[in-house]
Amino acid sequence: MKLNGARILCESLVKEGVEVIFGFPGGSVLPLYDVLPRYPQLRHILVRHEQGAAHAADAYARVTGKVGVCVATSGPGACNLVTGIANAHLDSSPVVAITGQVARPFIGKDAFQEIDITGITVPITKHNYLVLKADEIAMVVKEAFHIAGTGRPGPVLLDIPRDVFIEEATFEYPEKVELHGYKPTLRGHAVQIKKAAKLIAESKRPVILAGRGVIISGAYEELRGLAEKAQIPVITTLLGISSFPEDHELSLGMMGMHGTAYANLAVDGSDLIISIGMRFDDRATGRVSGFAPHAQVIHIDVDPAEIGKNVRVTVPIVGDVKNILRTLNKQLEAQKHLAWIGQVEEWRRAHPLHIDHDADKIQPQYVVSKICEVTRGNAIITTGVGQNQMWAAQHFCYRKPNSFVSSGGLGTMGFELPAAIGAKVGRPDETVWAIAGDGGFQMTIQELGTAVQDNVAVKIAILNNGYLGMVRQWQDLFYERRYVATPLSSPDFVKVAEAYGMPGIRVTDKSKVVSAIKKAMKHKGPFLIDFVVEPEENVYPMVAPGCTLAEILDDPRKKVEFKLKPRATSNL
Amino acid sequence: MTKHTIVALVEDRPGVLNRVASLIRRRSFNIESIAVGHSEQPGLSRMTIVVDGATTAVEQVRKQLDKLIEVIKVTDITEGRIIARELALIKVHATPSTRSEIIQIVDIFRAKIVDVAADSMIIEATGDEEKIDSLYSLLKKFGIKELARTGRIALLRGGTVPE
Repeated sequence: MKLNGARILCESLVKEGVEVIFGFPGGSVLPLYDVLPRYPQLRHILVRHEQGAAHAADAYARVTGKVGVCVATSGPGACNLVTGIANAHLDSSPVVAITGQVARPFIGKDAFQEIDITGITVPITKHNYLVLKADEIAMVVKEAFHIAGTGRPGPVLLDIPRDVFIEEATFEYPEKVELHGYKPTLRGHAVQIKKAAKLIAESKRPVILAGRGVIISGAYEELRGLAEKAQIPVITTLLGISSFPEDHELSLGMMGMHGTAYANLAVDGSDLIISIGMRFDDRATGRVSGFAPHAQVIHIDVDPAEIGKNVRVTVPIVGDVKNILRTLNKQLEAQKHLAWIGQVEEWRRAHPLHIDHDADKIQPQYVVSKICEVTRGNAIITTGVGQNQMWAAQHFCYRKPNSFVSSGGLGTMGFELPAAIGAKVGRPDETVWAIAGDGGFQMTIQELGTAVQDNVAVKIAILNNGYLGMVRQWQDLFYERRYVATPLSSPDFVKVAEAYGMPGIRVTDKSKVVSAIKKAMKHKGPFLIDFVVEPEENVYPMVAPGCTLAEILDDPRKKVEFKLKPRATSNL
Repeated sequence: MTKHTIVALVEDRPGVLNRVASLIRRRSFNIESIAVGHSEQPGLSRMTIVVDGATTAVEQVRKQLDKLIEVIKVTDITEGRIIARELALIKVHATPSTRSEIIQIVDIFRAKIVDVAADSMIIEATGDEEKIDSLYSLLKKFGIKELARTGRIALLRGGTVPE
């Protein structure tokens, strides 16, 4: 069957089970858009800026476990994808980005809207391709989806010149891929697993650090099995949130810079760390030279390059988390760590997360906790980066697997709204809330149009404090309150939403918070709430840069003197 | 051992060298040399990369290179029994009065004179880096006009193939 390149691409996407494409047309991809109506099974969602397409595809991929697809034209279109691709790369999200390129005779001539997007994206993709013949398209698509979705997932970019879309070739979809240089290790080494089981059996003060790898691998049951059988407290990284139910008695919430005090103290005091699908990011570890000084480390990850990169590892196990945990759990005896868990519970009681209920103004933490209450935790939360992200991470109790979609590695302001759109498109039956700051929201505010045009029923909660809050917090704590370039004037977000055709309300009164959330939930389509919150609220607890996890600052208003007993745990 | 020899078998495709170079730059790996050419297998090139282990985490270099899709195999052969060579072309200033002394030095090093002009000669030398270095330092006093070095290439001795 002879087809043009554009149709070969569509046929191949259909073969890969693609249902949604987030994209924005332009000259170089016109031949592709021209044939799209022949493929009604490929739903196209028109974004307002290509960054939104990449973020939406990223979030779609995270919530569905499928590969997300985004499309942009050559030159500026491709460049606008870059932040989104980098975001997907750092958070190991499987995305296939398709860009148009100028026609082959123009490549290298600095033609109109020509840019070397494969060159630009080398360091931020798992792999990329410049496709120079129509008869290569099918194989390249097959390889791209395989690479993006297997092993440690990541983005793959296909750059296709305009005339390759038009060129005809025989379409035949390959049955399998043969990549000699790409064979992810999925089974953990038996000897290493045995060593790990022995360490766990000997440990007195173990903790589990669960990362996004648990979610990618779908190892929820296995993680729970390990924790319960060996009675080990579970601490998540930011992106590991929702890998383990936070209402579970063994859950200590999140670790790291704004993790719970008790999680951080537990990591610091532990004698064994079982890290599962996480990569010891600096925001998680604090000062790495003082990280968990008494602990041996079992590191389970599918990416061998993560092992030993940031911290010393006693027992490395490379492979798929689910496979490895299954084998490991079988080798473990039931255990109890009564003294250790008692200590951890003491920390939990002494240093709970704090919401100031006496304040007159709306507290941002209060808003998040009420969204949790009204939705009964039965929602997918998306965030960008900053204070809003940290409060969303801390004050929503994540019980459902894979219900937190956030920009972790890259820390992208503006991820929340396009991510919410991608998540809602991927899981239309779920309630999806974007928790935004007034700063980040304005970075991708135009995607309100996308949500309205395609009636993607996302709920948006802006925690509007009139500042670039996290930067202001650092200026407050480390730059003697010199608020340079952080006070922020914003448009009337409700009017902006209404101008796009989306209803919204502004909430300034604490007593109206719950009713506003309920109203948003009742509304069938997308809905925006602008919560005017306490302007100078800081995120606590906090591990300041350069400090270890034990040197955690608690909220100064809590009146509980926070005394560190640095090595108090070592005699347990 | 601070200098590590890493051998990578890579697909012979456009952009592969860029990917490798980009990765080395991006991760601030400190490399002494990189040499690329065809291997014994059609479609595959062999890259020899010399890394300074004192300033760079060599294991990370190996693992990160291995993540590149077009890199088939990466081995740190430093600990193995290896043959390592480098080729250098040295254009040295030579007058009728210094020519014979230069020829003597070249003979001692089993190097070759591959071009002679009125006021210069080009010497071709192969060997390990130290040999090239010492030849170079002996020729220095005559005046070096140009120097080109290939960087190290290396193979394991005998029938052993890197694992």
